[in-house]
Amino acid sequence: MASIAAPTSEQTIAAARSERRPGGLWLLLPGPLGWMVFFYLVPLVILLVHAFWSVDYLTIQRTFTLENFRTLLTNDLYLRVLGRTAAMAAVVTLADLCLAFPLAYFLAKRVTKHRELLLLLVIFPLWSSYLIRVFAWKTILGTNGILNSFLLTVGVIDQPATAFLYSKTAMFLTFSQVWLPFMILPLFTVLDRLPNSFIEAASDLGANPWRTFRSVILPLSLPGILAGSLSVFSLTLGDYITPTLLGGPGDQMIGRLVADNFGMSNNWPLGATLVVPILVLVSLFIAVANRFGALGRTAA
Amino acid sequence: MAQALMTETPVRADAGRFGGTPSIELRDVSKFFGQVPAVSGISLEVRQGEFLTLLGPSGCGKTTTLRMIGGFELPSAGEIVIEGEAMGDRPPYRRPVNTVFQNYALFPHMTVGQNVSYGLEMTGVPKPERQRRVAEALDMVRLPHVENRKPAELSGGQQQRVALARALVNRPAVLLLDEPLGALDLKLRKTMQLELKQLNREVGATFVYVTHDQEEALTMSDRIAVMNEGRILQLGTPGDIYERPRTRFVADFIGQTNFLEVEVIGSDGAAVEVDLPGSGPLRARPPEGVPAQGTMTLAVRPEKISLMADLPGSEIPGWDRLSGRLEEIIYVGTYTQYVLRLPGGQELAVHRQNRAVGEGEHPMGETLTVVFNPQSAALLAD
Ligand SMILES: Nc1ncnc2c1ncn2[C@@H]1O[C@H](COP(=O)(O)OP(=O)(O)OP(=O)(O)O)[C@@H](O)[C@H]1O
Ligand SMILES: [Mg+2]
Repeated sequence: MASIAAPTSEQTIAAARSERRPGGLWLLLPGPLGWMVFFYLVPLVILLVHAFWSVDYLTIQRTFTLENFRTLLTNDLYLRVLGRTAAMAAVVTLADLCLAFPLAYFLAKRVTKHRELLLLLVIFPLWSSYLIRVFAWKTILGTNGILNSFLLTVGVIDQPATAFLYSKTAMFLTFSQVWLPFMILPLFTVLDRLPNSFIEAASDLGANPWRTFRSVILPLSLPGILAGSLSVFSLTLGDYITPTLLGGPGDQMIGRLVADNFGMSNNWPLGATLVVPILVLVSLFIAVANRFGALGRTAA
Repeated sequence: MAQALMTETPVRADAGRFGGTPSIELRDVSKFFGQVPAVSGISLEVRQGEFLTLLGPSGCGKTTTLRMIGGFELPSAGEIVIEGEAMGDRPPYRRPVNTVFQNYALFPHMTVGQNVSYGLEMTGVPKPERQRRVAEALDMVRLPHVENRKPAELSGGQQQRVALARALVNRPAVLLLDEPLGALDLKLRKTMQLELKQLNREVGATFVYVTHDQEEALTMSDRIAVMNEGRILQLGTPGDIYERPRTRFVADFIGQTNFLEVEVIGSDGAAVEVDLPGSGPLRARPPEGVPAQGTMTLAVRPEKISLMADLPGSEIPGWDRLSGRLEEIIYVGTYTQYVLRLPGGQELAVHRQNRAVGEGEHPMGETLTVVFNPQSAALLAD
């Protein structure tokens, strides 16, 4: 019960605990901290600094300018791609939430035998390469793919359809599938910790299953919902492999543009600038999630 | 008088309180979890407004029985009738029953006020009435001014009261309580025991209370159902259960009892004459439901036995009398326990009230003579 007590009291307890920690433990910090600073924070700062520089015939001009941001905000293409990317991330997040919740609930509350095994099956795809899973979708949706063969055999279509691959739908399907475990795990964690007696108490007090879900289960699993959504949302937001392999010509996503600017067009400053809205969106999400206590409690 | 109380359903002074249709009826109810029998054919009638306690050791099926009444588990066989209506497979939210859970199960994301008004909201009680009844309920459990706090900001005892208020505010016909005082310290437990009993009288709801604490059961209940291994062994008033246990298990589970193996010699109607090997003939109360014959167990509680030396005047006519060597003295505060070794090798515990300090102490090894009323000595078949 303590695990889902009011955040205030829990934070107090956490604070009290950390105060009592033996000082010797601080000696463990420099290693991981140094790693984070040199391999994460420093590159991030370098990246952001690039956003305020410009490029002149493939050489980077190290003088402060807001030109890149002006381009970003005035060029229709960037805003459209940005909007499309955010919309895709939002829809994928929502779809995964709807798919993952019943599954996580079933695993946490109904399954008594083989729970670990079933949970392992959820995690299992994460152990295979992400690329392989994306290519798998290509073989499913392709012109000679499994879906077309099936539909041809059944007789729904008489020509292999080309519409499945290289489309928003293909991207949506792939994203939803590959990120699903990231949604299931935190949901499973909160639901597993949610005492059955809360659900029984609601029912005992006259709430039908729907009202129990809305007034007790949903609010108490909010940390897991936010944690899972944060993962799926930011993973989709920054991805460029799926759009490259499965997206159509008009389905450009921001990650792809970033990659292009750092790669082919060799315009690091613009690439860095395009990262900024992604960072802002994700930071906003983190702030909201943190506000509702999604971080720290569901380290999934 | 003792005879009159021995009837199957004892006549109580306040019997008028109960009457009409039973509040809850269990008809041959069983529950299996897979192959494991948790409850094996329980039949029970709980009267309107009664405080009935299910008492028994861990794993005997108390919680399962209560959960079947609440609708959280469905019986594998048998029928449960509440307020004259067969429950069948009705879910908890459609039963006239509310539960106080062992760990309180207060919703942590809601304030105390929201917790208490939850049930009223679910049944569509309009807001003004809801507010009034929530305030009333919190008053009733003596917990005003906490409506806006979160459950985590309350002490265990306060949470307990909120859980009670949350259930009682719905004015259920039946209130189910599963070891609701288990997590409280002894002092608070005692206070809450009295308050619960008082609430039962005030609100008139039927209380079904689960505990494995025999003292709690004795103080609070109108009737106690002693359970073991999924069955009810004995159902009766606290006095009944304590003074007239039918089986060795009941006598042993509730209070402390000396068990002596005896041979039945004869009977004169009012008492049975038995032989205690090594000590000779004794008289005992006739057993209930079984014939007095062969080898039986004589059960007598330590506090029913007095030291001869403590009794003013001489021998009491017709009382049983035993002598033994004093082997153990345990000081327990309100009384001292003496353990005597009888000539036949049996042990006999005797409780002697500690009155004046240092009065009438006995050294180890002394031979003491003790007496008890034959009506306090029960004959059990097992
Ligand atoms: N959900 C379940 N699945 C399997 N077996 C169960 C389940 N619930 C209870 N049992 C078994 O049924 C029996 C009765 O359990 P129950 O919880 O009713 O006992 P209890 O009298 O309440 O015990 P306690 O005093 O320890 O709470 C036990 O043997 C228990 O192991
Ligand atoms: Mg129990």
